[in-house]
Amino acid sequence: MSSYGQVQVKNGRYKFRGDFHRLEQNMPIRDADDNWKLVGVTKPRDMTYVHTYGGEAIFFESLSQGKLLATKCENPACESNGSIFQPFRIHCPDCLSKNTVIDMTDVAKKTATIHTYMVCERSGAFNMLDKPIRFINIEFQGVSTILFSYLLVGEPQIGMRVVPVFKHYNPTYTILDLSWAPAGTQLEALPEGFGF
Amino acid sequence: MIKFSERQLKTPKFMRPVYLVTAGQSKYARAIPEKRTEELCVDALTMAAEMLNLTPTELKRYIHTCYYGHFADHFGDQLLGEAVIHDRLGLDPLGNIGVKSGGATGGSTLWEAAKAVASGYSDCVLAMGWERMDEVPTDEGNFLIASAADRDWESPMGQIYTGYYAVMAQKYWQVFGKAEASFRRTLAEISVKHHDYARFNPFAHGGMKITTDDVLVSPMVADPLRALDCCLMSVGAACAILCDEPTAMELTRNSKNKPLRIWVTAGSHTLRPADRRDMEIPLLPHEAADQYKDLAKEFPGGDRYPGFTGFLAARMAAYYAYHMAGITDPMEDLDVIELHDAFTISDVQTYEDIGLRPYGQGRDFVESGDCYHKNPLTGRPGRLPSNLSGGLIGCMHAVGASGIMQVFEIATHLWGRWAEIHSDEKRWKEFGREKPEDWTDLQVKGAKRALSISHAGVGSHVTATILMDPDHLLKKDA
Repeated sequence: MSSYGQVQVKNGRYKFRGDFHRLEQNMPIRDADDNWKLVGVTKPRDMTYVHTYGGEAIFFESLSQGKLLATKCENPACESNGSIFQPFRIHCPDCLSKNTVIDMTDVAKKTATIHTYMVCERSGAFNMLDKPIRFINIEFQGVSTILFSYLLVGEPQIGMRVVPVFKHYNPTYTILDLSWAPAGTQLEALPEGFGF
Repeated sequence: MIKFSERQLKTPKFMRPVYLVTAGQSKYARAIPEKRTEELCVDALTMAAEMLNLTPTELKRYIHTCYYGHFADHFGDQLLGEAVIHDRLGLDPLGNIGVKSGGATGGSTLWEAAKAVASGYSDCVLAMGWERMDEVPTDEGNFLIASAADRDWESPMGQIYTGYYAVMAQKYWQVFGKAEASFRRTLAEISVKHHDYARFNPFAHGGMKITTDDVLVSPMVADPLRALDCCLMSVGAACAILCDEPTAMELTRNSKNKPLRIWVTAGSHTLRPADRRDMEIPLLPHEAADQYKDLAKEFPGGDRYPGFTGFLAARMAAYYAYHMAGITDPMEDLDVIELHDAFTISDVQTYEDIGLRPYGQGRDFVESGDCYHKNPLTGRPGRLPSNLSGGLIGCMHAVGASGIMQVFEIATHLWGRWAEIHSDEKRWKEFGREKPEDWTDLQVKGAKRALSISHAGVGSHVTATILMDPDHLLKKDA
């Protein structure tokens, strides 16, 4: 009997349990225009990767709790001292000292603005978002970088004020747990499981 | 704010001159099920030997080290593909190494190869690039390409790289293009030009005679980019042979190829555009210190540099290359160029990054007619023809090979061999392509200096390659 592959860390090592791949027979590829001569074979394969979040784990955990964390360089000797980074950077790109983790949920609620956007009708394999996908980049007051994310409801425009939306119910613990909605959007307008 | 130290801005210097002596390429196509990748690489190296009137065996006797550009191992389901190619080319036990930098892989491969010669490690090196993107379904191909974005912060969003790039295109479109219909038509003209030039290139697989209206009604990919604004996905291989001066003279003594001086430089910027911090615009030799003081007034929203509208990596590659080779104004000093036209809009962005036009004015390079082989406004030769191969939109984008294909193309102009190579009836027939009745000679007459730009994704890596006829250098100690 098969079971989904699950991973835990125990004694500092990954412990893998369950099925991580399925076996499928390869199939011949033949040339329909040339007497069905053999050209090659298919090679089906289904694998599961493990991504460690390392020092970013707290960011992804916090999304499920409705918090948007960022980081800040507090090295007084660094010329970037005081810079706030969103995306969350574990280390300052200039002095490489470990940044301080800060909660910027309120800053996001009050100042998030769409810097640019794209409505995308297509996706690649293994996409989990509904199409069309409304990609947005968001700038925040006092933050030196511009976060890439997606607009959950509404139509994007450059300069539009937006607020963060969190996937409270059944979180994925990925960046997909964070999305955005135009400022003023009511809770009822959000899909089930999402909240401000 | 990013600041550079003087040491970081040092003009790069080769320890001795490096020469391009020959290059070769395979056929390019969306799919080539009848050939393995190594067969395509053999085709490219064989052509490079033929350009020197040598057999592959004779040419191989000169090669000392090999640099292999192949971006997507996971597309080919083969790690250490370099070892496969190296063996099939019969080049063991020479040292070889793989080079990977996304769409800039071809240019980066040349960068490494040039340094090997410049340092004295090798007198003759092979730079070979290839890619095959035909062996997975399209949606899985999009997934694999999206793996070049940040795996935890970007790729989960749609698994579609085009979308990650398109947010940048949208910003440029609205800020510098002002979302004008006339600018949209200018973008379409680039597509028409590149598909049209590709018709005269037997290696190309995107040749088409189309109109701007055809581009404007082609399927929408990511507003404002439509299908005909986008580069091809391709299979194929290209190679180049780089040498020191004595070896270059020896290898070319029975050939029409004159050894060409080559310089390659590189720049980079963050994998995630999200991480790009504001900074002052680094200036190229022909730009003035106060040139951009009113940029944000003229283009509201254009106050951030590079923001989502410029490619800092391209600007830095050009900065190093121009200083290294003595270029003071690319429009004056260069005769022909090949740019990384992944999308029509990125072509325009690159005009600005490499200083063909100031930031905000890129569209003028097209609208003036300067970028054409024959300026449609004047009927005279274009001032700086670009992408006469058809570029990535019309010729091919077999990622690891693209940057080397570009160098092959500009070299044929400097060798005065463009017509000979692109008109060859035997080659058209061998590739199963019909030579158009209106085939046109696109040789840039008297070309002495050329540039190509190889560019990765959203601008994480960019290389600039400059070729010059050694009798027309701009700087004695270059």
